[in-house]
Amino acid sequence: MHVVVCVKQIPDPAVPGALDQVTHTLDRSGKLVMDDSDSYGVEMALQLAGDVDGSEVTLVSMAPGGETSGLRTALAMGAARAILVSDDALSGSDALSTAKALAAAIRRAEPDLVIAATESTDGYTGTLPVQLAELLGMPSVTFAKGVSTDGTTLEVDRQTEAGYDEVRCPLPAVVTVTAGVVEPRYPSFKGIMAAKSKPIDVLSLADLGIDPSDVGVRGARQEIVDVADAEARAGGEIVMDEGDGAARIVAFLEQLKVI
Amino acid sequence: MDRVWVLAETVEQGPTALTLELLTKARTLAPAVEAVAWGPDTASIARVLGEHGASRVYDVGDLGGRLPGAPVAGAIAALIRDGEQPDAVLIPASYDGRDVAGRLSAMLDRPVLTNVTGLAEQDGSVLTEHPVFGGTKILHARFTGEGPGIYVVRAKSFASEPAGGGAAEVVALPPVDVGPTGAATIVQRHVEEASGPKLDEAAVVVSGGRGLGSAESYALIEELSHLLHGAAGASRAIVDSGWVPYSHQVGQTGKTVKPTVYIACGISGATQHLVGMKGSKNIVAINKDREAPIFSVADLGIVGDVHKVLPALIEALKSRT
Repeated sequence: MHVVVCVKQIPDPAVPGALDQVTHTLDRSGKLVMDDSDSYGVEMALQLAGDVDGSEVTLVSMAPGGETSGLRTALAMGAARAILVSDDALSGSDALSTAKALAAAIRRAEPDLVIAATESTDGYTGTLPVQLAELLGMPSVTFAKGVSTDGTTLEVDRQTEAGYDEVRCPLPAVVTVTAGVVEPRYPSFKGIMAAKSKPIDVLSLADLGIDPSDVGVRGARQEIVDVADAEARAGGEIVMDEGDGAARIVAFLEQLKVI
Repeated sequence: MDRVWVLAETVEQGPTALTLELLTKARTLAPAVEAVAWGPDTASIARVLGEHGASRVYDVGDLGGRLPGAPVAGAIAALIRDGEQPDAVLIPASYDGRDVAGRLSAMLDRPVLTNVTGLAEQDGSVLTEHPVFGGTKILHARFTGEGPGIYVVRAKSFASEPAGGGAAEVVALPPVDVGPTGAATIVQRHVEEASGPKLDEAAVVVSGGRGLGSAESYALIEELSHLLHGAAGASRAIVDSGWVPYSHQVGQTGKTVKPTVYIACGISGATQHLVGMKGSKNIVAINKDREAPIFSVADLGIVGDVHKVLPALIEALKSRT
């Protein structure tokens, strides 16, 4: 079974985000790291690959400037190889354009299973995996909180508003996993050393046969008009608890007639 | 703007609250509002959809257990390819709604705007509103390409009000073959019934975060929410850690809540959480760290240990009854 995991390399979430003053797009100029949300998909892929003999895990990512630091983290966890789509013309791509570029790269890998996070931490549009599934002509099961497979059929516990559904789906398929679905392993020292020599195939739009004018800023069919400060909530009363914290909350609730 | 479609999602009791919110909003955007629904008995919801503004409901029919994403999007795409021309398609930000939006986007080759919390017509196009950076900033966007625009809208962005219209006309759609993309099928449904009011409907929500220190301490949150006849919520951090089920999660990837009172206990207030609860009428926060971002939205902030404040609060409430 060949499992492909989508890995997004994002600006360090610990650093406050910023929007480019001119384009209003997210500033991605700093160092990129693997999106934590993707560590669950990588772990899930490694576990499922372990369940089916002769399986392999390939990572697929799209990032500017040939960025691979986030991919190395996922390779260190145990993935065998990576494909990176990197092309200046992709800058400013919306989710659908990104899905087209990733779909072209993933098609080459001929996967049985494609795993992604439900949404990224930085952009959180949450539509890309399903767009990808449609472009690949595959079924999809989103919001998986449990996944198992025999290499032919996928069994998924899918989150719902009311609880969860057991969903069955033939492979090849796309599945998106929620955070917490598995406990991601920490890369071992051996894994980190091995990751340095694992192959990363870097592909341009020309390699993928995609017209640069269809993607990126030129291909975008949506624009950000402006960004404004949200209406701030009026400042509240912040007090140190001197043993009277509970009494203050009771008084507040009484005032609101909640109790 | 002449015509807006709304994806109508149904549960056992009828159309979801978010569906009715979208219909209500759609009325302000265009004179013609129509819905697209699926399920075994669309005729039974035609009255409610009509009351909220839909003149017509396109019925995809019973999916026979298939996940709605591909078959429902396929039916909508077929309608548009056959010449129907909605200017906008409004889709609920729900599990199935997001699936339909992604599929439809790729089928029609149109981008999607997601996390929409506001919609307004401006010079013939739709201007959308999106909270970014934890809701501290509001971004406005619009489509520049060919329609229809696909919009995924968050719950509780708009009020829901009936307009007094008659039942919507039900138009059955012919089945559409979406091939292998529609092959994911529900084998068994599991309903996790929580006692008390629902998280996104309760007047009081008490949520716990990492500051509780352990899964066992979540019992304090449950007890307090019970005493206040409210619902128990959670931050993503403790859901990811497996302390409580995902159904309790408040925030970007969880529920959006707007209760009369929201009590955040041991929650620092990450962007992901604030987006889901910032619209609450009153916010109480208890946290050890005076610098925690949750205090920036709190009406009453107690800088203290949840393990001292919560038991005292529970005692005080019990002694009143």
